[in-house]
Amino acid sequence: MIPELGHYALVLALFVALVQSGVPLVGAATGNAAWMGVARPAAVAQMLLVLVAYGALTWAHVVSDFSVMNVVQNSHSAKPMLYKVSGVWGNHEGSMMLWIVMLTVFGAAVAVFGRNLPPSLKARVIAVQGLIGVGFLLFILTTSNPFIRVVPAPLDGNDLNPLLQDPGLAFHPPFLYAGYVGFSIAFSFAVAALIEGRVDPAWARWVRPWTLAAWSTLTAGIALGSWWAYYELGWGGWWYWDPVENASFMPWLAGTALLHSAIVVEKRDALKTWTILLAIITFSLSLMGTFLVRSGILTSVHAFAVDPARGVFILVLLGIATGGSLLLYSLRAPTLKAGGLFAPISREGSLVLNNLLLSTATATVFIGTLYPLFLDVMKLGKVSVGAPFFNATFVPVAIPMVIAMVVGPFLAWKRGDLPGALTRLWSAGVAVVVCVAIAAYITNGGGPLLALVGIALAAWAFFGSLAEFAERIRLFRVPVKDSWNRAVHLPRSAWGMTIAHACMGISILGMTGTSAWQTEVIQAMKPGETAQLAQYSVRFDSVGEVQGANFRAEEGVFTVTRDGQTVATLKPQRRSYPVTRMTTTESAIHTTVFSDVYIALGDPTQNGTAWIVRLYHHPLVPWIWLGALGMMAGGLVSLSDRRFRVGAPERRRSAAKPTLQPAE
Amino acid sequence: MTRKKRRLYMLGLALLGLGAATALTLTAFEDNIVFFFSPTQLQAQPVGDRNFRLGGLVEQGSVTKLPDGVTTRFVVTDTVNSVPVTYRGQLPDLFREGQGVVAEGRMASGVFQAREVLAKHDENYMPPEVADALKQAEHFKATAKTLKPSS
Repeated sequence: MIPELGHYALVLALFVALVQSGVPLVGAATGNAAWMGVARPAAVAQMLLVLVAYGALTWAHVVSDFSVMNVVQNSHSAKPMLYKVSGVWGNHEGSMMLWIVMLTVFGAAVAVFGRNLPPSLKARVIAVQGLIGVGFLLFILTTSNPFIRVVPAPLDGNDLNPLLQDPGLAFHPPFLYAGYVGFSIAFSFAVAALIEGRVDPAWARWVRPWTLAAWSTLTAGIALGSWWAYYELGWGGWWYWDPVENASFMPWLAGTALLHSAIVVEKRDALKTWTILLAIITFSLSLMGTFLVRSGILTSVHAFAVDPARGVFILVLLGIATGGSLLLYSLRAPTLKAGGLFAPISREGSLVLNNLLLSTATATVFIGTLYPLFLDVMKLGKVSVGAPFFNATFVPVAIPMVIAMVVGPFLAWKRGDLPGALTRLWSAGVAVVVCVAIAAYITNGGGPLLALVGIALAAWAFFGSLAEFAERIRLFRVPVKDSWNRAVHLPRSAWGMTIAHACMGISILGMTGTSAWQTEVIQAMKPGETAQLAQYSVRFDSVGEVQGANFRAEEGVFTVTRDGQTVATLKPQRRSYPVTRMTTTESAIHTTVFSDVYIALGDPTQNGTAWIVRLYHHPLVPWIWLGALGMMAGGLVSLSDRRFRVGAPERRRSAAKPTLQPAE
Repeated sequence: MTRKKRRLYMLGLALLGLGAATALTLTAFEDNIVFFFSPTQLQAQPVGDRNFRLGGLVEQGSVTKLPDGVTTRFVVTDTVNSVPVTYRGQLPDLFREGQGVVAEGRMASGVFQAREVLAKHDENYMPPEVADALKQAEHFKATAKTLKPSS
């Protein structure tokens, strides 16, 4: 009964979405306030209906209702509760449900919190959001219905893919989707502005918080995925340039560009058409990511079973959304009024450079990801494009980007002073030299040249961002107390920028450290044997059996010592899940924040007396995720800036004149 | 700064970026594209010392461990032709006889030296390249059979 209720709610949601996408649009075109007013209740109703449907599916998973196909295929009665809940989105149908939940929640949020939006703009934004909802609801109902029953109901399910039964991955999709779908708001605003024919700083101020929120969650989602790949796949890598990783990385790059170009629209009323285009591109890349993952055309760790009908459906959806909005763009963009002027060397100029480099980076990732598909479709052979390609194209673009990222904030709006900015960066320059010298000393000048470049970049990003902050609060030039006061009164967006930029440096340090100086030892070890790993020695003590809720595991016990002192006891496992007949590697990691000792237990050798063991020493690797976490935090701090809250319901009255904000 | 001049600057910058990206991409493509071959395709065209991907099924009963304990030997087949493979390191969790596999590496004296064996999420999942290669091999076998009686 409950699954049918969910199905019914989903069908109702489709009809509400149809109303939501049609009526307000007509209302906005004819100036009919009542018709425009339909948008808000419709968006809320659609969200509630979708939540009911999602709740019904979750319920079926939680109580293990094996008369529902989706539950049979992806759950098992012995599965821990956490994975019964996260298993809802651990499969194709459920993950699309999660997608639509996010979409409607975002749409309803605009409807509810967007009280001081101009009514016609608001009606159009919500209508466009409704249109996207129609597409995805149709997709779910026609090709991926999660509520299909099986008769007769089997006694138990097939269990969720064990690789997905992991806390890190349990929360990876919700963050990722919140990011993808969050960009749909920027997209809806862009399309609505094109229909409206007007883009102004107020528009940018409405788009920015949504983009910031989407960007922050996408950052968290990508970082979680990378972290999961690091410890769960047992290969010790943190980024593989896998097509599906790229699929999430492209919207991130484009979204980062959007975040920055929207600043120029807001502050200077320039770059308007470009920002609109970026909003369209960013969401299109999110849709394309969905297409790449869901269609099964990629050989990837994420590929779900192939179903051409689904791929074609999403491709059509992508075509309509991207093609339609680009057509609208080409018709309407020339009519948008151009805004403020600026010199190439200026804050605006640096943000343009940031956008150019980010777009170039997006393009290289795009080409590398899609070229093999293109060749395959054209029957020109099967190729794959791997990490070396991306390292050769992405890195050279990323380096000037990071260098410019530090200089940009020192430049004034309209016309900046580059030599002046560089002289004010002398302290960061000194820090770079010191850091490179320290790194060269610690590693005995070892490591490739690129590693030292990486260290220099990391130091530049970190100390340069701090220097900019110090400059703002006039540290050491006025009494410390005054500086403190200035810091407290700086807008949150300034804090956010400093945090995000400095944490970018921290991530770069982590990436450099582990790429250049990791140690890998793969060997067959018998219990009692000792292996050397960097400055550690690792003793293999024993192997035992462990019984989990829905798996059995072989657990190795390793003692890690350094200079005769025991540092840690690590217990990596090799789990076998009887229901899916799969084995997974649960690596064990000892982290000192400055480095990780990473052990994965492999197969026993032929005669069963020894095991293949992978030992890694990853210097600085935790900093990658710490940095990403910090970037997300920077985004959230920036999001709490008070000018974005102006217009929140309780401030509605005072928001009638929302323009009196400090320029920074 | 006039609007025209600013546009010119922007256009110049954009073109510079585009040019640099194109140059980077083209040079990177030259060195870093990895072709995919099935054992049958490998028979037809020698690849020399290039890095490439080999895909097919792990032949039943072909997996052996060498005495050093970490090197595995197995045979990849597309049911018509097969290629011996060696791989040093830990195999992915889903590596099993009879399953589809994709390995990246080079040929050395008739043996494929795999540098990497790709992991798969799902035991029912068949890499599309492998599925394709098998289909082609099937087709090849079928045509070979139908041709025999007539020749």
